[in-house]
Amino acid sequence: MSTTPQAAKLFGNAIGEKGNYLNASRGIKSWLLTLDHKRIGIMYLIGVTVALLLAGVFALVLRSELFTGTKMFLTEAQYNQMFTLHGAIMVFAFIIPSVPAALGNFVLPMMLGAKDVAFPRLNLCSFYLWLFGTGFLLVAMLTNGLDTGWTFYTPYSIKTTSAVMYATMGAFILGFSSIFTGLNFLVTINTMRPPTMTWFKMPLFLWSLYATSIIQILATPVLGITLLLLFAERALHIGIFDPAYGGDPVLFQHFFWFYSHPAVYIMILPAMGIISELMSVHAHKKIFGYAFIAFSSVAIALLGFLVWGHHLFASGQSTLLSLIFSAITFSVAIPSAVKVFNWLATLYKGSISLVTPMCYALSFIFLFGIGGLTGLFLGTLSVDIHLHDTYFVVAHFHFVMVGGTLTALLGGLFHWWPKMFGRMYNDFMGRVSCFLVFAGFNLTFFPQFVMGARGMPRRYARYDPEFQIFHQVSTIGAFVLGIGVVVAFAVLVYAIYRGPKVGGNPWGAASLEWQSSSPPDYHNFTHKVVMNDPYDYSVMVYDEDLDTYIHREFTVPEKPARTEPEPTTT
Amino acid sequence: MSSVDTTAEVHDEHHDDDHHDHGEFIAHHFDTPEQQYDSGKLGIWVFLVTEVLFFSGLFCAYVLLRYHQPEVFVAASEHLDKVLGGINTIVLLFSSLTMAWAVRAAQLGQNRFASRLILITMVCAAVFLGVKAVEYSHKWDLNIYVASHYNYIEGYHPDAPSEGLAGALGVSQSLINLCVLPAILLVGFLVAGVIYRVRESQAMSALYLAMAVMMGGFFLGAVGGQIYQNAAESAAAHGGDHGHDAAAGEHAEEAAVTGPDTTSKYPPPIGMFFSIYYIMTGLHAFHVIGGMVALSWLYYRCTRNHFRPDYYGPVDFVGLYWHLVDLIWIYLFPLLYLIN
Repeated sequence: MSTTPQAAKLFGNAIGEKGNYLNASRGIKSWLLTLDHKRIGIMYLIGVTVALLLAGVFALVLRSELFTGTKMFLTEAQYNQMFTLHGAIMVFAFIIPSVPAALGNFVLPMMLGAKDVAFPRLNLCSFYLWLFGTGFLLVAMLTNGLDTGWTFYTPYSIKTTSAVMYATMGAFILGFSSIFTGLNFLVTINTMRPPTMTWFKMPLFLWSLYATSIIQILATPVLGITLLLLFAERALHIGIFDPAYGGDPVLFQHFFWFYSHPAVYIMILPAMGIISELMSVHAHKKIFGYAFIAFSSVAIALLGFLVWGHHLFASGQSTLLSLIFSAITFSVAIPSAVKVFNWLATLYKGSISLVTPMCYALSFIFLFGIGGLTGLFLGTLSVDIHLHDTYFVVAHFHFVMVGGTLTALLGGLFHWWPKMFGRMYNDFMGRVSCFLVFAGFNLTFFPQFVMGARGMPRRYARYDPEFQIFHQVSTIGAFVLGIGVVVAFAVLVYAIYRGPKVGGNPWGAASLEWQSSSPPDYHNFTHKVVMNDPYDYSVMVYDEDLDTYIHREFTVPEKPARTEPEPTTT
Repeated sequence: MSSVDTTAEVHDEHHDDDHHDHGEFIAHHFDTPEQQYDSGKLGIWVFLVTEVLFFSGLFCAYVLLRYHQPEVFVAASEHLDKVLGGINTIVLLFSSLTMAWAVRAAQLGQNRFASRLILITMVCAAVFLGVKAVEYSHKWDLNIYVASHYNYIEGYHPDAPSEGLAGALGVSQSLINLCVLPAILLVGFLVAGVIYRVRESQAMSALYLAMAVMMGGFFLGAVGGQIYQNAAESAAAHGGDHGHDAAAGEHAEEAAVTGPDTTSKYPPPIGMFFSIYYIMTGLHAFHVIGGMVALSWLYYRCTRNHFRPDYYGPVDFVGLYWHLVDLIWIYLFPLLYLIN
């Protein structure tokens, strides 16, 4: 089988006159002022990785402190600051922008066959807002610290002497960064799809990013005004959240969770989108239940707005209200389960290759399954009264946030890394990192379910001896997890410099981003993209000359019947 | 099987503004002007959704706090002047008219006409802020601040200022303070306009002079508002039982609530109304200022003849934003000023 020159151009690494996006221009300025979505995605990726490692170190410090149950090297006040900054940086500076802003920025326009997002300047602006917002969080850390927990609950956040104003300003700015990313993506998906790509021909990652954008747009402004009011509360004592002046501190909790519960879905939905891609591509099988997965993303996004009250079961809100919130909370399980079952059905009779991204995707299913199901325990009113503010809650949301989002992010990075940098990593070491992350994660957080159910409260620096064995296992697991994450990044970074070069489509994937060279051209595509079903892998065939998969359209049959199969243009 | 052309037709990112050719403002990643316009239009609508949600938090807080203490809100709103609020409402509604008209003019390619309409819109925005400055300063003179600093005593009248500029003009010192920055900007824009005129940079000169005219609008609003305020005060003083005192008399039971409670270490709950008032109107004023910046940018582009029937998106988008700013005030005015 031989290929046409177009195929060499499209799937080999022939690139346009400007070069690929990495070498099209040089110098630090060409990166800092770039409007290219791929470079902005890379800058985001570097930024969120630094945030992850920083907040990860905080986590290890916390776990080390908890090894004995007595004071080791942190005072109680320092412990409070440490878990607050761990949470605030992880949530606002890492998880929320991680998948959409870093991976999504790189992949989204390419999946659409577009040259860029709709508003490239806004895209760069949102990166710098992220940078400044994170900077404010760091300033808060380096001045007075922050000891309110990442939730900034009033009235304590009004009274504490720690740097609440810096931190709220930082979270406020990060919120706008997130809004702008969501706005940009939503408009891009709406207006820049190629004419033949209808809504139900989009890759599922785009559906999940679309659902995420809706949440970012509708929920984040409420966080903005909440933080602004808290800022005004501290600066001017306006009293809206302060009972001393007739204000209502529980109003803050309602406002905060009206954003922050949907924000949980900002964190998990893009991860689910990644898993949809990974499952299908690496099982080499058409995704099962496309429409169900697509609609379940939107359903999760919309239901996510109606469940915030389940964070307030212990706040004294009316029992009827709690009952209603509890019932709606259960209903979120339905679209989540729809996704999981469809992924499993995709695997059925697939030809599964257990490459690193697939290992991460399988880890995701297991960990997200546990995280999701324990959420039902907490959504149950009577059980939640017992489990409220215990380690059970900590374990639950870490299973979703870390076991879900972080695992999917790593899987996505391993999946798209050859596209981003044109190099393949060491797959064995990649799988080792996946094993370390999976084992370390379970070791860390599974014991926390047990001690939480037995009454170990969260956010306590000291504990009774009966909990010590669980804490010690958890601490050991945390270090294994930390090593796993470091190994994963080491494998990826090493590949950039030493990895073997790959062609445009090493996995045989069918979505449009794989029809570019690796790394992609400055303008994403040097040639007309061939539109096809993103999950129809039969159109991609392996080509020995190019050592990569190419579109069947470009292969030349043995008989010289079609020598120049020029694709029709729409 | 179909395919789509995504190969880049390489346009230069940085356009030469003096150079006019078709598709000059089409960014390289859009295929057609329509696609660019549609993206911008959807983008601004989505942005307006976020703005509505941003304010919605304040409206929620308003509803909750008013539900807790309805009589306090009714009594407190007596301190707001319906006439000044009404004037501002009319000014903003009129500015929405000129803005909509400017969109139409830009759509027809009438850049010169559009620039004048935009200038009127800018001046209206500044008049609004000028009147607002009078309202704010008057409350500050009466010690009406946010909840924690609320210190108004029923029947209190501040002494007329006797010293300095405030004494000479017969206005309060807090109003003078609020006018400092606009005055600096007015002079700065005038000077910049003259300098550019001398350097024969017509577009820049026109921009700065227009911004100076806009700042003039601020003082128009401030002076007009203050004259009304003085007249209303003296009418109240001479009229005895009429005007404000009558209103206070009618709401005797509310006055009991509003009076300082000397037994409590906390200020009276009426301050909560003004917390909400200052936050809502302050945030709205901030959006007005943002609109003034955007309008100035549009004015500049109009003087450079940038808009054509196939390219008028920026005027349309800023126009939509401006209507939203207007709309929010349309809700704020009755909720704060007209609640008895």
